[in-house]
Amino acid sequence: MADSPFIARGFHAKRAPAKPDRLPPGQYETRDFPVLSAGPTPRTALSKWSFAIEDAAGHSMRWSWDEFQTLPRETPTVDIHCVTKWSKFDTKWEGVSVDTLLEKARAAGVVEGDFVTAFSDGGYTTNLPLADVKGGKAWIAFGYDGAPLPPEHGGPARLLVPHLYFWKSAKWVRGLRMMQRDEPGFWEQLGYHDRGDPWREQRYQGDP
Amino acid sequence: MTIPHTAPARLEWRVARVTAVREEARHARTLVLDVPEWPGHRAGQHVDVRLVAEDGYQAQRSYSIASPPESTPVELTIERLEDGEVSPYLCDVLRPGDGLELRGPIGGYFVWETSLGGPLLLVAGGSGVVPLMAMLRHRHAAAAPVRETVPVRLLYSSRTVDELIYRDELTRLEGAGDVDVHFTLTRGVPAGWTDFQRRIDRAMLAEVGWPAASGARAYVCGPTPLVEAVANQLVELGYDPSRVRTERFGPTG
Repeated sequence: MADSPFIARGFHAKRAPAKPDRLPPGQYETRDFPVLSAGPTPRTALSKWSFAIEDAAGHSMRWSWDEFQTLPRETPTVDIHCVTKWSKFDTKWEGVSVDTLLEKARAAGVVEGDFVTAFSDGGYTTNLPLADVKGGKAWIAFGYDGAPLPPEHGGPARLLVPHLYFWKSAKWVRGLRMMQRDEPGFWEQLGYHDRGDPWREQRYQGDP
Repeated sequence: MTIPHTAPARLEWRVARVTAVREEARHARTLVLDVPEWPGHRAGQHVDVRLVAEDGYQAQRSYSIASPPESTPVELTIERLEDGEVSPYLCDVLRPGDGLELRGPIGGYFVWETSLGGPLLLVAGGSGVVPLMAMLRHRHAAAAPVRETVPVRLLYSSRTVDELIYRDELTRLEGAGDVDVHFTLTRGVPAGWTDFQRRIDRAMLAEVGWPAASGARAYVCGPTPLVEAVANQLVELGYDPSRVRTERFGPTG
C-alpha cells in the first residue's frame, strides 16, 4: 500500500458514517441485505437435509433437520461485513453455536484439526482456522430476523462467522470437515484471502 | 483455470489516469483509464476503486471492467446512483487528466474466455450489462473461426430506452450478424418499439435463450431479484446449475 494515499480531487464524504467505530476500513453501512453468490440458489428439502462434522479418519457426527432443531439455540445480534464493501449492523439470527456441535462431535470420536473446511450444497467450500469457529464466535444459523432463513440468504442453514468477511459464512452449509492444513476453498482459490479479517482488510490473497 | 496459490502477489493500489470520458446512456458514463503496469484481466472481472478525501475519509466500491482483455486502456462503465457517494463523484466530478486509485483485476468465477466455448447466453439487468459487454467485446476480437464456435445471445432488461447502456454498439454488433440482441423494457416503451416490454420471465428465456440441451453457458448479471429469478428459471428450463454463473448487484452507491 502506498504510504501516503492518493487524494481524489474534489471528493468529500457525502455523509459521515453514523457509527464509525463499528465500520471496518473501506466499508460502508447499508440497511439492505444484498445477495451475493456465484450461481443459482440451491434448493434442498428439509427431509433430505443433514449437517455433519467429520474428520479425515472417517469419524463423523451427523444431525437430521429434526435432530438439529432439538439442539440448544442462541439468538446472536451481530454486525456483518461483506468483502464487496457493505456492512450491516445489528443483524438478528437464530441458530446453534458451533461450540455445541463440536462438543457432541468430540464425544462421537471426531478428532479436531487446526483448520476446518465448511462445505455446502452446490459444491461451495470455504476454509477457516478452527479457532475462528470456536469460543462463541460462530453459529449454524437457520433463522434471520424472526423468520426462517430465506434460500437466497443461505437457507435452510448457513454458517455465521460475523467477525470475518461474510463469504466465510458459507450459505447452504451442510458440514464442517476437520483439516490438518489450511486448504483454500472456492473463493480463496479464486484470489480471496484465506482468513478474511475485515478489521485488517484481508480481502484478497496477498493482503497482510 | 489454475490460480497459483503459493506466495500470492498483493493486489497493489495504483493511480490510474483518466484519459477520456464517454456518456453511454442516461445515468451511465464510461471512464477510459490509463493504468500503469496493468497486469491484464479476463472478461467479467472487476476492480476496486478507492476515493480518499483530504480529511482522510475513504470510500471503496467495486466496478466491472467493460473493456476486453485485448485492449488497453482499461474502461469502466459507471451507473450514477442518485443517493450514492462514489458513483456521483465518478460521473459528475471526475474529468480527463484526473487520477483515480484502483486495484485489480478481481474475481475469477464470473469470467468467460473464448477457450470456454459456447453457445453463450448473456442475461443483463441495468448496469449488469457491463461485464457481459467485456465478454462480447472479447469474443468480437477473436478470429472469425473462433467466433463461429461461440454463437451468442444477449437478453438485456432496462427500465427505459434511454437507460440502455451500449445500445448503439450492441445494435451494430447485431447488424454485423455477430450476436443476437434482445432488449426488454420494464417501464414503458417509445413509439415503434418492437422488442419485449416486460420483466424477463421463463417464457422469454425459452424463446430467446439456447435450449439446455445445447450445452450453453449462461452468465447473468444485474440486480438481485432479476438474477435470482433468471438463474432459477434457467435451472427449471434444464440448465445444469454449474453452467449458470451469476453476479448480483446489491445497491453500491
